Amino acid sequence: MINLSRRKLLVSGLAATAGASGLAAAARLAQKYGLVPPDHGGIYGLGETLTYASQRLLTRHSLAREFSRSQISPRPFPNELAPLTEEFKRLQGGRFADWRLSVGGLVAEPASFSIADLKSYPSRSHITEIACEEGWSYIAEWIGVPLSHVLNVVGVHPQAKYVVYTSMEPDTWDSIDMADALHPQTFLCYGMNGSELPVAHGGPLRMRLPRQIGYKNIKFITRLTVTDSLKRFGKGLGSAACEAGYAWYTGI
Amino acid sequence: MAILGSAQLPAETSIPSVVSTAPVTNLAPRHSALVRFTHWITTICFFALLLTGIEIVISHPRFYWGETGTVLTTPLFQLPIPSSRRLVSTGYGYVLPDQNGWSRALHFEAAWIAVLTGLLYVVSGLLTRHFRKDLVPIKADLSWRALWTSFAKPFRFERPSAIEAFSYNGLQRLTYLFVIFVLFPLVIWSGLAMSLGFASAFPWSVTLLGGRQSARTIHFFVSLALVLFLFVHVSMVCLAGFWSRTGAMITGRTRTRKEHA
Repeated sequence: MINLSRRKLLVSGLAATAGASGLAAAARLAQKYGLVPPDHGGIYGLGETLTYASQRLLTRHSLAREFSRSQISPRPFPNELAPLTEEFKRLQGGRFADWRLSVGGLVAEPASFSIADLKSYPSRSHITEIACEEGWSYIAEWIGVPLSHVLNVVGVHPQAKYVVYTSMEPDTWDSIDMADALHPQTFLCYGMNGSELPVAHGGPLRMRLPRQIGYKNIKFITRLTVTDSLKRFGKGLGSAACEAGYAWYTGI
Repeated sequence: MAILGSAQLPAETSIPSVVSTAPVTNLAPRHSALVRFTHWITTICFFALLLTGIEIVISHPRFYWGETGTVLTTPLFQLPIPSSRRLVSTGYGYVLPDQNGWSRALHFEAAWIAVLTGLLYVVSGLLTRHFRKDLVPIKADLSWRALWTSFAKPFRFERPSAIEAFSYNGLQRLTYLFVIFVLFPLVIWSGLAMSLGFASAFPWSVTLLGGRQSARTIHFFVSLALVLFLFVHVSMVCLAGFWSRTGAMITGRTRTRKEHA
């Protein structure tokens, strides 16, 4: 039979207590250093948190792989689009001259930008892959203004923790932490492979995060909200995708 | 002692009649508690990874070589299965429901638990000399003849000899070492190479495998190899006596007497 001596009980009791308090301390530390994703609850919370925390510690400043011009995919695959809204078609008719990106929340000066305004800022490009969670991927040159530039223009409050970005497509929004928002390869993207960003690929304005999966690179961006908490947005999980069962952090 | 005596008989000798009917007690466990614990955690994770891996593949059952690949490019091959995405043409007249959200979440969570469990197993295996004692083959077992005998025996549906209830033959040792130190590291590496975040910190992890899509294809084939191992492993366990061997992996004790009864 199992021999549970007093000593064994004592030792395992102590180990369990140490383990539990160690976990609690780790959780507090992780929270303090922004290593806990908004969708940390539920049965997959452990995996989501381990992935997000380890990648934040490991990749805060690392750059996505960049490719040579000869590696650009000849036929970039635009994924399926929801039917375009009437409002979108109206703006498309005017060649997006009336497209506005409004920026608000925890910023010094809320502002609204046209595509021309965004193009007047320093233009940057990188040749990176976009990878879908399904498994396919292609390489393209992405042209845009670094999100950090626009955030500097409006002046972000020090307590800012996330940037929420909203699409013109209904119920389509997502958010990133400041590490990703200020990352040099994170673009408000308006061009692709030397031309305007095609509508099929999210034109006139798409969020481009080369270190995260395709669905995080939301198309038709119209609003940015800087915030210190994601609780007030939707169900508080950080994105519309989360509400449909998809992870918030997609560096994996 | 009677058991050990009988175990030294040649494998061809009929064991049952010689095995003592005395209860087996006070023997060192066949598998240490840590081996048993990590074995079953890995088993649970393996099935979770397999199920969710299949679910994820269904959303794009096409495989490529190199950096890129989409439905607009020529695949290396396409699995003849239906897909959960409308834009993948499969020849089937229907589209399966999308299960990728939870599949991805469970895949990565199970991968985390499996990797941490594997680390625990490898570190403790080195410290307790488990690998050297139980898994590194002894020289005599490495002759082609010995390996061939171990390989051919199951095909004659011959049950392993009693000594093999306490130790592994050369072929088993090589196979376990290959799975632990080649297949598992490779499946982890090729999986991590598909993480855009991981690849940004360790770009060579992708380029060494020949690109993102190559990594995905390698991940698929190594997973297939692991499934093949699982199939052979479970077949061998069944041949040796499913309940006794499974019991040994749960309780640590080998009930040889019962097995041959």
